[in-house]
Amino acid sequence: MTDHIQRSRPPMTRLLLVLVPLAVMLGAFVWIASLDPLRGFNNGAPPVEALTVERTILDGSGISLRVRAGGSEAMVVAQVAVDDAYWTFTQEPAGPIARGDAVWLRIPYPWVLGEAHHVNLLTNTGATFGHEIAVAVSTPSPTWGQLRLQAVIGAIVGLLPVALGLMFYPAMKGVGQRGMNFLLALTVGLLAFLLIDTISEALELSAEAAAIFQGSAMVWLAALTSFLLLMAIGRWRGNPEGIALAFYIALGIGLHNFGEGLAIGGAFAAGSAGLGTFLVLGFALHNVTEGIGIAAPMLRARPTLWTFAALTLLAGGPAILGMWAGSLAYAPQWSALALAVGAGAILQVMVEVSAYLVRQNADRQAALMSPAVLVGFLGGIAFMYATAALIKI
Amino acid sequence: MPGGAVDPYSAHDSGMAHGNMTMVGQVDHARNGFDPTAMLTDWETGRTEVLPDGRTLRTFEVGAIDVEIEIAPGVFFPAWTFNARVPGPALRAKEGERLRIVFRNLGSHPHSMHFHGIHSARMDGVQGAGLIDPGEEFVYEFDAKPFGCHLYHCHALPLKRHMHKGMYGLFVVDPDPARHPEFAAVAASRVLGSPENAEWQELAMVMNGFDTNFDGENEVYAVNTVGQAYMNAPIRIDKSRPVRIYLMNATEFDPINSFHLHGNFFDYYDTGTQLTPTLRTVDVIMQCQAQRGILEFSFADHEDGMYMFHAHQAEFTELGWMGFFDVREAGA
Repeated sequence: MTDHIQRSRPPMTRLLLVLVPLAVMLGAFVWIASLDPLRGFNNGAPPVEALTVERTILDGSGISLRVRAGGSEAMVVAQVAVDDAYWTFTQEPAGPIARGDAVWLRIPYPWVLGEAHHVNLLTNTGATFGHEIAVAVSTPSPTWGQLRLQAVIGAIVGLLPVALGLMFYPAMKGVGQRGMNFLLALTVGLLAFLLIDTISEALELSAEAAAIFQGSAMVWLAALTSFLLLMAIGRWRGNPEGIALAFYIALGIGLHNFGEGLAIGGAFAAGSAGLGTFLVLGFALHNVTEGIGIAAPMLRARPTLWTFAALTLLAGGPAILGMWAGSLAYAPQWSALALAVGAGAILQVMVEVSAYLVRQNADRQAALMSPAVLVGFLGGIAFMYATAALIKI
Repeated sequence: MPGGAVDPYSAHDSGMAHGNMTMVGQVDHARNGFDPTAMLTDWETGRTEVLPDGRTLRTFEVGAIDVEIEIAPGVFFPAWTFNARVPGPALRAKEGERLRIVFRNLGSHPHSMHFHGIHSARMDGVQGAGLIDPGEEFVYEFDAKPFGCHLYHCHALPLKRHMHKGMYGLFVVDPDPARHPEFAAVAASRVLGSPENAEWQELAMVMNGFDTNFDGENEVYAVNTVGQAYMNAPIRIDKSRPVRIYLMNATEFDPINSFHLHGNFFDYYDTGTQLTPTLRTVDVIMQCQAQRGILEFSFADHEDGMYMFHAHQAEFTELGWMGFFDVREAGA
């Protein structure tokens, strides 16, 4: 019945029906802006001001800060004090900083290697915004030597452990159904750990970002979007399993490793982490399980040697990219976004690996609660938690 | 090092004597309505008349007004002021005169004038004794005593807020030479307008600070309000004449402030109530909140040049409280 109530309207009418509310909206905005009906609320309070330091560069010419304004009006940085001393500075571009805009402040301050500095930004209203430089070290510059050094660390942290994990493939190949269940559950367990770790890392970073990026909402929505998109793509032609599922796992883990690279690179640039051998080895051990996880769904397939190389690159390579991005172009909101996308990808493979695990077993749901699966799942989480203790500073 | 960039580690790279450690820009003194350089010698002497008993009656008119002032280049502070300036007018009288201060509250909060001097409780500027609401007027009356370098400030509560918003000023009582025959010459040199006094270069300086974000710590320190004012416009000193500074500490939140003179020493008269120095030949003195005194020194035997003066708490110095004496021959 309802189908027939809708009569088709001529295109002109349909266009008008859209244009009229649009015109009313525009008119209302012009009216509000010109008449300022909120004038009555003006209680003489000064404008709300917010400044976020997104990036700090220390080099031979002093301290440079990338600062984003988030005030209710354009903001003016009137003076800059470093360690309680007013210092000269230049602003690029000069002038008031509009809401959402970012500028560079260049301060020719003779910072001291290995020591802490405190920068205080004083606006024209007298509000202050402090920025702590916990340990002053020269910011890495994108020279070939630096990039190579970081690539080596990225390879040790990302590529090497995934390759090592995948080398267990032949040994895993012979396992029976219970062994298979154990390995798949182990994979889900380690992914569960990575999911929590990635989300909390993303939320932590987003809290440092300017309010305009709405950190927490951005993280959750980006994670949800990436999860839904990857689910849709993955199920385009049936349920992913075998080698295809392995590639999805590698992608999710790769995005997580990108975040790990960001964290190491960022810490490196901020001078807060002397990258000891112990720490790098910790990362390597922590990530070996990732290779095992990627291999698990391929036990019934016949992957070529090239497949293993591609999986290693996909899962481990992003660690190198993350190192570069983290040390060279660090801004908390973009790092948080990358991590959130990674979290969505991890959730997708958790769902797919679980679904694959269920399909592998004739008794379906019962298999989920079998000892092999529970031990595998909890073992995966426990192993990741224990090895993470090596790398948390 | 990119071409043309300043090397922060080079001692020779920057043009000015204070290098890169400086504020950026200049304060618009005309917009503020007061100039730190003019303030140094701007004594408010009121108007005088002779009473039937032959004494002098000196009348000052002071109004409390809310004004936004620029305390450092581009940094604005919502001040409460006496006569639209911070510090308030430097009132100057002579020992033994009758003083009448007509005080009007044109501001937005209750205010008063509490004088550090000898007077009755009724004239004290506290609750019930001259603390008045906006729109009201009160006349304080007392004798000018003891002689010395004193201050007045608003005594409305909360005191800390009323003080640091800018409600303080110098109150100098010159000694009457006739009452101090044993030191008549010294006393005469301190009487504003006397021939003996004309030889001296007298400067009024109030050390103060501003808590621009109201967190209980000062963001800007200065002498006479504007941070680094006397770095940008050094105080011209004619080296043939001795220098006398009436110095007062009106800094809130920090218990003490100090004064250090470069390349020279001075005699110090704490509170200025004696005609002989409290301290002889010193180059640093400290003052707690509301403490004040008189500094006397001479550059007669010095080379021409820029002689620095500043608080010797390096933190205050680097947050604005420093300046230069530009010492030269007269007319040079």
